[in-house]
Amino acid sequence: MSTLLEPFEYAFFRNGLVVATLAGALCGLIGVYVTLRGMSYIGHGLSHAIFGGAAASAVISFNFYLGAGLWGLASSLMIGRITRRRLIGADAAIGVVTTASFALGLALLNRFGQVRQSLDAALFGSILGVTSTDVWLVLGVTVLAAAVVFLGYRSLLFTTFDPEVADVSGVRTARVDAVLLAVLAVAILATMKVLGVVLIAATLVIPATVARMLTNSFGRLLWLAVGLGAACGFVGMMASYHLDISSGAAIVLVGAVLFGAVFAVTGPRGLRQVGAGS
Amino acid sequence: MTALVRMNGVTCAYGGAPVLVDTSMELGDGAFTGIVGPSGSGKTTLLRCLLGSVRPVAGTVERAPGLRVAYVPQVETVNWNFPVTVAEVVLMARLGGRRLPWPSAAERREVGAVLDRLGIGGLGDRHIRQLSGGQQQRVFLARALVARPRLVLLDEPTAGVDVRTRHEVLHLLAELNGEGLAVALTTHDLNGIAAHLPHLVCLNRRVIGQGRPEDVLTPDVLERTYGAPMEVLNHGGMPVVVDQAEKVAPVR
Repeated sequence: MSTLLEPFEYAFFRNGLVVATLAGALCGLIGVYVTLRGMSYIGHGLSHAIFGGAAASAVISFNFYLGAGLWGLASSLMIGRITRRRLIGADAAIGVVTTASFALGLALLNRFGQVRQSLDAALFGSILGVTSTDVWLVLGVTVLAAAVVFLGYRSLLFTTFDPEVADVSGVRTARVDAVLLAVLAVAILATMKVLGVVLIAATLVIPATVARMLTNSFGRLLWLAVGLGAACGFVGMMASYHLDISSGAAIVLVGAVLFGAVFAVTGPRGLRQVGAGS
Repeated sequence: MTALVRMNGVTCAYGGAPVLVDTSMELGDGAFTGIVGPSGSGKTTLLRCLLGSVRPVAGTVERAPGLRVAYVPQVETVNWNFPVTVAEVVLMARLGGRRLPWPSAAERREVGAVLDRLGIGGLGDRHIRQLSGGQQQRVFLARALVARPRLVLLDEPTAGVDVRTRHEVLHLLAELNGEGLAVALTTHDLNGIAAHLPHLVCLNRRVIGQGRPEDVLTPDVLERTYGAPMEVLNHGGMPVVVDQAEKVAPVR
């Protein structure tokens, strides 16, 4: 027991644990919309795009959150426009925009970066640098996302389920899409330190997918995904400390184990609900 | 009969060649209109134009002030794997006023009443895939009705359903129409649906003919609409369309 409680003596760990739990809940919540709208790839790409902004801000010694945030917002708007207009295949367009941004970030860090460690931390997540400012930031973004979902619940559900009919029924779907993308970008930005650029997409996808295997009701799905995401964040962070592995990897692995366990119970029926193979 | 929506010389295009050319028609208060035509004839575009989701490149669409139009999509376009119950589908169309995610007591009663009215009461907690074809169609009709429209537009409401379900849907729409709701639908089914409606519009990128079935379902109009010769028989005062495709010889 004392070994389990040992890490709580460190302030950085307490901060990291709170951030990871909140980040799990936040990504679980947004992940419901991301997976149901088939936006998983956008989430994946957006985190890579934001990495470019983060690296650029580091090189010119600009505020990390402000620089990466502006960069991420610009990328998300660009992705949104490309997907809506269907000029070229959306996935190809996202691939170009976001991997180019990611490559630029890598190049900048290679050329001007100081330590190799910071690159590892950015890619795979680390709790060492988590400050109380980060805790407040993640808390703020979680409250913001919850407020957006709470106040726009019906419009968001309608747009996600049936965008064309929502549009003709008076929902401003373009605005709903833009708000969702912006919230996604801000959430990725806020959770990037702990979860890591490469692994954020999994925390968006896994809780929502596991929750989907357990329920057919949208309302229950939201609660379940938030709860499962938070649990993955908490358990993953504990595992990260005790097993000495990166926080992002630990959280994603806990999610993967959870997926396996739920699949073992629900069997193919659960996967069918997710929509595989039908 | 006052016009709810009136289209004057409307031409619609999605970038390339026009999908709908110089189309004029109107839907009056209490209308019950069928829009028929072959695939690609512009039926869905016509519905979108009436709804206002597609802007014409020429011509005008006039709507009665404050008109509420509801739309029922083709069930084939619905994502049946989406995690949503019947009651959740119906409620998502209640947008004005209340912002909280969960329904008020009054809204719950209203949803219950609409589901009862459409003969699917008690199914509110079911997932949408756990329903029969006719019940699935009714869920989306229920969603349209809770928005309290004066006009409902339905895209192929009887595509892919069996004969009995087709009758049920048709009777239900006729009842709602009898209660004062204007209804317009697109259909492929000339004998099963179109011939039973009071008013038809035959479409093939432009309006070929419109009026009562007995006036419109004629060999001339049908051939110009479908581009294939058709024969029209009379069955107890109702037109029955028979297409004249030659019998395929059995392979020996």
